[in-house]
This record gives sequence, C-alpha cells and structure tokens, in this order.
Amino acid sequence: MTQILVNILLPLILAPLLLGVINRTKAVLAGRTGQPLLQLYFDLWKLLHKGAVYSRTTSWVFRAGPMVGLAAILTASAIVPLGETSAPLHFAGDLILLAYLLGLARFFTVIAALDTGSAFEGMGASREVTFSALAEPAFLLGLAALARLTDNLSLTGILGGLTWHTWAASAPELAMAAAAMLIVFLAENARIPVDDPNTHLELTMIHEVMVLDHSGPDFAFILYGSSVKMWVLGAILVQAVLPASSAGYEARLAICLAGMFALAVLVGVIESVMARLRMIRVPQLLVAAIAFSLLAIILVLRRP
Amino acid sequence: MNELIDALMVLAVLLNLRLLGSSRLASCIRTVAIEGIALGLLPLLLAWNQGLSGRLVFLAVASIVTRGVVFPWVLLRAQRNANVQREVQPFINYPLSILTGVLTLVLSLWLCSRLPLPQAPQMLLIPVAMSTILVGLLVIVSRRLAISQVLGYIVMENGIYVLGLTLVQDIPALVELGVLLDAFVAVFVMSIVTHQISREFDHIDADQMDSLKG
Amino acid sequence: MYFTVAAISIFLLGGLSSLIFGRRHGLCAFFGIGGAVAGAATAAVPAIIVLAGGSVDPISWPWSMPMGSFRLAMDGMSALFMLPVAILSGLAAIYGGAYLRHYRDKMQLGNSWFFFNLLAASMVTLVVARNGLLFLVAWEVMSLASFFLVMMENERADVRQAGWTYLVATHIGTAFLLVMFFLLGRAGNSMDFDAFAAGPMGNVIFLLAIIGFGTKAGFIPLHTWLPEAHPAAPSHVSAVMSGVMIKMGIYGLLRTLTFLPMPAEWWGWVLIGIGVTSGVLGVLLALAQHDLKRLLAYHSVENIGIIALGIGLGIVGLARGNAPLAVLGFAGGLLHVVNHAVFKALLFLGAGAVAHAAGTREIDRLGGLLKKMPQTAATFLIGSAAISALPPLNGFVSEFLIYLGSFQSAASSPADAAIPALIAIAGLALIGGLAAACFAKAFGVVFLGEPRSDCAAQAHEAPAAMRAAMIILAGCCVILGLLSPLAVPLMGPAVASASGLPLNVANQHLADAVSPLLWITFGAATFLALLAGLALLRKRLLAGRPVGQAGTWNCGYAAPTARMQYTASSFAQPLTDIFRIFLRTHKTGRDPQGLFPRNADLQTHTPDVFHDGLFRPAFLGVGWLMARLRWLQHGRLQLYVLYIVLTLLVLLVWKLG
Repeated sequence: MTQILVNILLPLILAPLLLGVINRTKAVLAGRTGQPLLQLYFDLWKLLHKGAVYSRTTSWVFRAGPMVGLAAILTASAIVPLGETSAPLHFAGDLILLAYLLGLARFFTVIAALDTGSAFEGMGASREVTFSALAEPAFLLGLAALARLTDNLSLTGILGGLTWHTWAASAPELAMAAAAMLIVFLAENARIPVDDPNTHLELTMIHEVMVLDHSGPDFAFILYGSSVKMWVLGAILVQAVLPASSAGYEARLAICLAGMFALAVLVGVIESVMARLRMIRVPQLLVAAIAFSLLAIILVLRRP
Repeated sequence: MNELIDALMVLAVLLNLRLLGSSRLASCIRTVAIEGIALGLLPLLLAWNQGLSGRLVFLAVASIVTRGVVFPWVLLRAQRNANVQREVQPFINYPLSILTGVLTLVLSLWLCSRLPLPQAPQMLLIPVAMSTILVGLLVIVSRRLAISQVLGYIVMENGIYVLGLTLVQDIPALVELGVLLDAFVAVFVMSIVTHQISREFDHIDADQMDSLKG
Repeated sequence: MYFTVAAISIFLLGGLSSLIFGRRHGLCAFFGIGGAVAGAATAAVPAIIVLAGGSVDPISWPWSMPMGSFRLAMDGMSALFMLPVAILSGLAAIYGGAYLRHYRDKMQLGNSWFFFNLLAASMVTLVVARNGLLFLVAWEVMSLASFFLVMMENERADVRQAGWTYLVATHIGTAFLLVMFFLLGRAGNSMDFDAFAAGPMGNVIFLLAIIGFGTKAGFIPLHTWLPEAHPAAPSHVSAVMSGVMIKMGIYGLLRTLTFLPMPAEWWGWVLIGIGVTSGVLGVLLALAQHDLKRLLAYHSVENIGIIALGIGLGIVGLARGNAPLAVLGFAGGLLHVVNHAVFKALLFLGAGAVAHAAGTREIDRLGGLLKKMPQTAATFLIGSAAISALPPLNGFVSEFLIYLGSFQSAASSPADAAIPALIAIAGLALIGGLAAACFAKAFGVVFLGEPRSDCAAQAHEAPAAMRAAMIILAGCCVILGLLSPLAVPLMGPAVASASGLPLNVANQHLADAVSPLLWITFGAATFLALLAGLALLRKRLLAGRPVGQAGTWNCGYAAPTARMQYTASSFAQPLTDIFRIFLRTHKTGRDPQGLFPRNADLQTHTPDVFHDGLFRPAFLGVGWLMARLRWLQHGRLQLYVLYIVLTLLVLLVWKLG
C-alpha cells in the first residue's frame, strides 16, 4: 500500500524538480549561478494565485485544454512503475493506454491552441502533430522490442524484467531501444535538439508557442502537466536502461531516483553542447528513432 | 569474442544509416572512415581464438590505414578543392534513405535465411555485409555529387571485404593487397576526376553529366 | 426471423408510400421517415436477441427463381452487422427529415425517401440472406439504390461524374462476385450457402472476394469511387453509406471465409498488407483534403484498413493455431466495424450540419463555428476524438484489441509469426498519430478560431431533429467506450461465426481480454474524476480573482485579421511535405517578391494517385480498344440482323459439330 502511494505521489511531488536540475546543469556549464532548483515550484505557486486573461476569440475548448491535458497525464503517470515495483495501474497492454493517454493530452493542447485563432499557435500546433505522429511509431516499436525481450505486456513487467542478465545477453538491442526512447523523450518533452524551451522567438518554437495565450491557473496546469509528462517518459527510459536488481525496495527506489536526476543532468548537458536542429531536419531525427527501434526489433527477432 | 563481433556489426549498420542520413560531405567521409577502421579490425577478431599471425596483423593494419586514413584524406582534399559542403537535393530524401537502409538489412536477413550459405561463425556477419553492399549501391544511385558516389563505392567495397572474410576462410595476402590497391587507385582517380570536373564546370553534380554526351 | 421479414416489408411500404405521396411534402416525409424508423426498430429486435445469446428460427421459402430460394437466418456475425444497419438507418432518417427540408421545393423528395428505404431494406436482407442469388439481388439493389441517392443533385456536373464513377466501380466489383458465387455454387450444384463448397479453388475464391467485396469496402487501390461518391450524396446518405454500406463489403468477405476451408497464412498477409496500405495512405490523403466530406471519405478508407488489419491478424492466428491472436484480431476488426459505423456516421452528420449552416464544405472558408453551433461542435469533437482512437471513447477499445493481439504475438510467438504483428503495431501507431493530426485540423479549423468567410460568420445551429441524431450517436461513442468490458464479451457468437472457432474458445479468449478492458475503464474513470477535480480546483482558484478579456496575443502585432489564422492547408503542410512522395500534391501560385510584396497566392491540390495513375489510363486504354471496334457499327439495321444470324449459325455449328 505504501509502495503504491509512493509510486503515485513521488512523481507528482518531484516532477518539477527535474526541470530545476536541467536548468541548474545548464547554468553551471555556462558558468552562471542560475535560477533556484525549486524555481518551477515557485512559478506554479504564483500562477495558481493569479487571475486569468482570455482571448475573446476563445471558447470552452481553450479553457478545457489544460485540464484535460493534465488529467490525462496524471492518469498516465499511474501506469509507470517506480523503483521496479508494480505500478498502481498495470495490466496486459497498459503501455498502449499510456501512449494514447499522452495522445489525448496532446490532442487537447493542440485544439486549445487552434482555438485562439493566432497564426503562431496554429504553427506550433501543426509542428506538434507532425513530430508526434513520427514519434509514436518509434515509441511503440521500441516498447515492442522490450516486450519481446522480457516476454511481458505491461510496463511493470517489462521494466522489472530487464535484468543484468538481459543486458549481458542482448546489449545491442537494449542500447538501440534506449537510443530510440531517448530521442522520443527529447522530442515529446520539447527539448533540444527538437525544440528549444528557452528561446522566446515564437517562430522557432513548438510546445511553448502553443501555450502563449494561457495564463493563471490554466498555465500552471500546463507547466505542471509537462513536467509530469517528462517524469513519465523519463521513468520509462531510466528503468529500461537501469537493470532491475534484487536489492530491497528502498535501494531500488533510490537507484531509480538517482537515475532520473542523472537523466536530467544528461539533458542539461545535451542542451549545453548542442544547438536546436532546423525544423526541416527534425523529421530526420525522428525517423532515426524509428530506425533504432526497427534495428532493436530486428536484433531481438534474430535470437532464437 | 562473438559479442564483440556482433557489436562491431551493429556499429557498421549504424554507420551505414548515418551515412544515409547525413547531408554534410565531411561528416559522411568521416563516417566511412570510421567504418573502414571498424571493419579493418574484423579479421583480427575473427582469428582471435586461433591465434594471430604476423601476416594477419599486417593485412589488418594495411586495411585500416588505407580505409581509415588514406581514403578520407584524399576525399577530404577533393572536397575542399571542389568547395562543396553538402549534398543539396538527393534523389531520395534522407528520412526515406534511412528507412530504406533498415529495409536492406531486413532483406539481407531474409535472403540469408534462404541462401545455402556455409555456416558463418556469427549470424549477423553475412547479412550485415550484404546490407552494406546494398547501402553502397543505394548511395551511388540516390546521390547527385560525385564525391558521394565515391563514398558509396567505398562502402560497397567494405561490404564485399566483410563478405569475403566470412565466406573465404583464407584469402591469399596477395589478392587482398591487390584488392586494396585497386580500391586505392579507384578512389584516387575518382577524386582527381572530381577535382577536374569541378574546375571545368563549377560543380560536381553527377546528375548533369549527361550534358557531356555529344 | 419474422421480425426481419416484417422490417423489410415496413421499409418497402414506407418507401413506396413516400413515392406515391411525393407531391405532398408532409405525408411524403412522414412515410419516408416513419417507414425507416419503424423498420429499423423492428430489424434491431432479432439482432439484439442473438447478441444477447438467444437464437431466432431461420426461414426457408421457395422462390420461383432458378437456383434461388428465399432463405434467411441470423448468426452472431449477421446480428453484429445488423445492429449498426438498423440504428444508423433510423437515426439518419430522423436527421434527413430536417436536412432535406431545405431541398423541398427543388426536387422530388419522394424518390429520395424511396431509395433511402430501399437501401435500408436491401442491407437488412443482405446480412441475413443465406442463398447466393438472394444475396446478389440484395447486393445489386443496395448498389443501385445508393447510386440513385448519390445522384440526387444530378443537375451538378461533379455529382454526375461521381455517380458514374460509383456505378462503374460497383459493377466491376459485382462482376467478380458473380464469378465467385458461380464457383462456390458449382460444386454443390446449389446456391444455398449451406451447400457451398470451395473445392480446390479456395485461393481463387479468396482473391475474387478480395477484389469484389474490396471494391465496395474501399480497399486501396479499389477505393477511388469512395471519395467521389460520399461527398456528392446528401449527408444522411453519406452517413449510411460510409457507416454501414461499405461494411457490407467486409461482411461479404467474412461470410465468404466461412465457406472456405482452413485459411492459408498468406491470406492473412494479403489482408495485413491491404490494411496497412489503406490505413496509412487513406489517412495521408485525408490530411491533404480541403473538402470536409472528402476528408471524411478518405478516413473511411483508413478505418476499413484498420478493420482489414484486424481480420488479417485473425487469419494469421487461425492459420498458425494461435487462438488468442485469432480471437483478438477478429474481435478487434468486428468491433471496429461497429465503432466506425457510430463515429463516422456522427462525423458525416456533423459535416452535413456544417454544410447546411454555412453553405460550404470548404474547410479553409470555415472557422469559429463552435460559437454559432455549440451542440454540433461538441458532438463533432466527441466523434473526432473517437476516430482518433483516444481513450476513453469507443475507437480506442477496438484498436486496443488489435494492439493487444499484436503485442501478445510480438512478445511471445516465433520470429516469423511476430513479423505481421510488428507490422500491425507500426502501422497502427503511424495511423493513430496521423489520424489525430487530421482531426485536430478538421475540428480546429472548422469550429475554432474566427470565421474565415462571411458564410461561416452567418452560420446557425442545426434544427433539433438533426442535433438529436448527432447527440444519440455521440452518446453511443461514450457508452461503448466506457462500458467496453460489458460489450466485448457479447461478441463471442459473432467472433465464433466469423472465425470458425468453437464458441467456447472464442468466449474464453474474449474473457481474457476483459480484464485489461476493466482496467482501462478504471483508468478512464480515474481520468474523468481527475478532470472533474481539476475543473473544481480551477473554479475555486479563479473565484474572486480578476478574469479579463482581451484580444489574442499575436506577438505584438496589433491588427490581426481572421485571414491570418492557420488554415487547414497550412496546418497539414509539414506532414504532406514529409510524405510528398506518396501524395504528389500539386502546388501552383506566385511567391511574394520584393521588399513590399503585393500579390502572392498559392493553390494546392492533391489528386488521388490511384485514380489518376492507375484507373484513368486503364479506362482510356479500354476506351481506345473499343474505339478500334467501332467499324462494326454502321447504324444499318440489316447488318445487325446479319450479325445475329451469323452468331446463331456459328453457335449451331459449334454445338452440333
């Protein structure tokens, strides 16, 4: 029971911290002091206590967007295990529900953006659906490769079934699947090299430009939702890479959390050393992710 | 050792895909160089259990030096002389080339499951060799620039090299050296021709060479 | 079965009365709608009985036709197809009553109602017919009735063109079916389904069925009539055609499979190939469309692809003795038949309401309709989310079953059996993302933002009868989505009769799928509870704080106009560019030039590759060939008589010699 509570609550509490770690890493690498680690918590607190301004063009769809998005992402977070125990929601095929819940959140973010009638938000929406349509096959095929490696159909079983032994026996395919997942993670969370969360030049953005018109609590929901989404996808990646161990629950949880923050540091490093790709090159990166997933599958299928 | 050979083959596949997905000529050349070095190590790994002979080490070193150092150097020079940075408009766009690259691997795996091949020590060796040959052909067919086509040729040669290593247990050193020398001359000649073409025509777009015909 | 006969009679009576009273608008509509609704209600009764586990007595009456007998029976598969036929015919009739009022003075509505009822009657007959001749007669009546419905506005050239394309396509399909039924009936020397035997011709019959029924269902590349005919028909007819009529092709294919012995594995591969091709190309072509109803028509091709994918996996499962895969594949495919009928009909009705209100179906001229027609918009949103397979709606459930079967097979079967499953996963994932993109575009550009033209600005909400039909269908989407653990076990008989597996095997594997579905419903409930909680939270947070109104932030630009909004074409452009190799979109126009550009324009048009590249040259070739034979035609009667005499002589000599 406590494990389930921890599994539900810990991501919800710690998710905004990931962004703090990323920003701190970038600041350190750039030789700056940077914002406080807890900056996103402060932002959320401030936004929740503000009023809101709505465009006259918008309708209830615009107001519903952030709520549907956050609710879908929160539901999805219950499917992902933490510390390789059973997730609160786990069943055969739960990974499909996860993918489509994230799709639901995206669909409503996109139509909320279109509701403003702004050319910029339409542009962001168009890019978002384009890139996610390519990320989806990479994600599901990567998971299919892992499912075959572990002969299991739920995320709990898959992530718990990848042990040292799996790594020793099938390192190349695991590495391929992990590479695909990493690209999907970066693309879906609007990080460099796909999207730059720091530029405030609307023409170059994807995710940020879709939420230009949201304010107050709505914007807080969006920010919180994207941080939880980052946690959800990150947790899958980290637990796929970190082999399950037979250590006690607390140790596994600690390893997993350490992995999460290591991932945040990695993202910070990537953002410090790389530039954002030109929009026209992003599909190529995502096709590379699909290719990684396909290679993982080919390699897995090859094994008797 | 087998895991290492497998890993090397996977690396070769990834390098092939990188070649297919990259538009910068310099990075393509570097990719092919890395592939040359990686595949040059293969005979050593294959023979590790039987023990290494001086001839083998010499062959490997010769191959690594030619494929990993000389070819890239010649090509980088040719590229600098021709003053082209990137392939602008390939006939098959990059995402599709990458997927086709994966498809060649699938095709090769299927072919290998059908062909009456001698039992290779590693299951990946022959399929990857075949897919490398196909990728080389794909590059030659789908790119416009003469340098890219030279790269395609080298990749194809890499594939043939691996196939030869796997299928023929013991290649006479003289044949192997002869092949290397042939490839070297070919690359050299092509780079000089490329240079001349670019000086005469201000570009090295092989697609437009049909204007040369009388 | 007497219910079904009664339903057919009610449809026919209603249609005929409506034809007779064609000049009196009130009576005509009364009989037309009344006949359809009463007939639909009657037809639904035996279907519900069978799905609930009961059975109905078959009917076998002699029929004064060579080889024909009037045999009707209903098994699980018939019942599963009957239910959407009945529901959609009734709802579309209610909607059509209000929709057609607009055309009252322009054309003979009696004809329209007659053919509508005839279409419903023929589909009801089709799914219960147990005799080849009866089946073919019903098939042909269905095709012709829908042809006349498509041709309702025949004063427009594009409608006539669409009608002819449809007529030619459907008859080519029927030609293949004639051969197929002849082959099937030859062995048993009877056209009764019970006596059908494939003999050694199983593979040929399967291919004939794929072409013959695939033409109706809209498998790529046989789909070319579909995007022409569906937009041309009145919207309630499009809803019936797209929702259930094209499914008759699927029904026919499944029914044919039951005549054949154990299917070969390559049949499954063929269907999976067709499924992925139709799905991906269908959704890509849909993305590139500018006409709302054409877009929906291409989505029908996509969804037929998903259904074919499910059935194909099912066949692979059967051929390999992998019962869970077989059951999940068939169940997913069949459930998607029902689900697609519901949400596609809903979307076509919504598109009809939009066209009715704004006078145009051109997506780029619409916009901001949500404020003018809130209920239509809400139902259209539900339909869009359902067709994009988003949880917790019904589209997700059927795709989930197919996914689940594929993942099980991909995770645990031998490598060569895992490959079709992996193809299915990749195809479904790509289709899912693209469909969501397409419906974000359709809903977003039509209903959200500011009106892009005067006709959109002056739109009004649809009449109550039209809204009622849409609201009921939207309710079905939600209910089928949330109550899937109850609905899926009911499919046992249908899956058993389609796949040929014993009923208990089908039931057992379906019961295995119920546990994940229960979890999904639980997840959906969690989602809805969270949504309600967030709504309350937001309300409390905003209470007592300033909530302002302003213009949309346009990055500092002060005088935005509605024409600056992203349009459907611009929204889809990145995707159509990536996949241009399949789409071959034509772009014409002038680029802006100079520092202060004045005139610039852009037109894009995406033709159907198969229509322009495959069928047009083929038909031109046939036309050329026929023109060569024209020397036979002199217009002299004597010569024609000579031809007849010569033919008779030749036949006599051949027969007697």
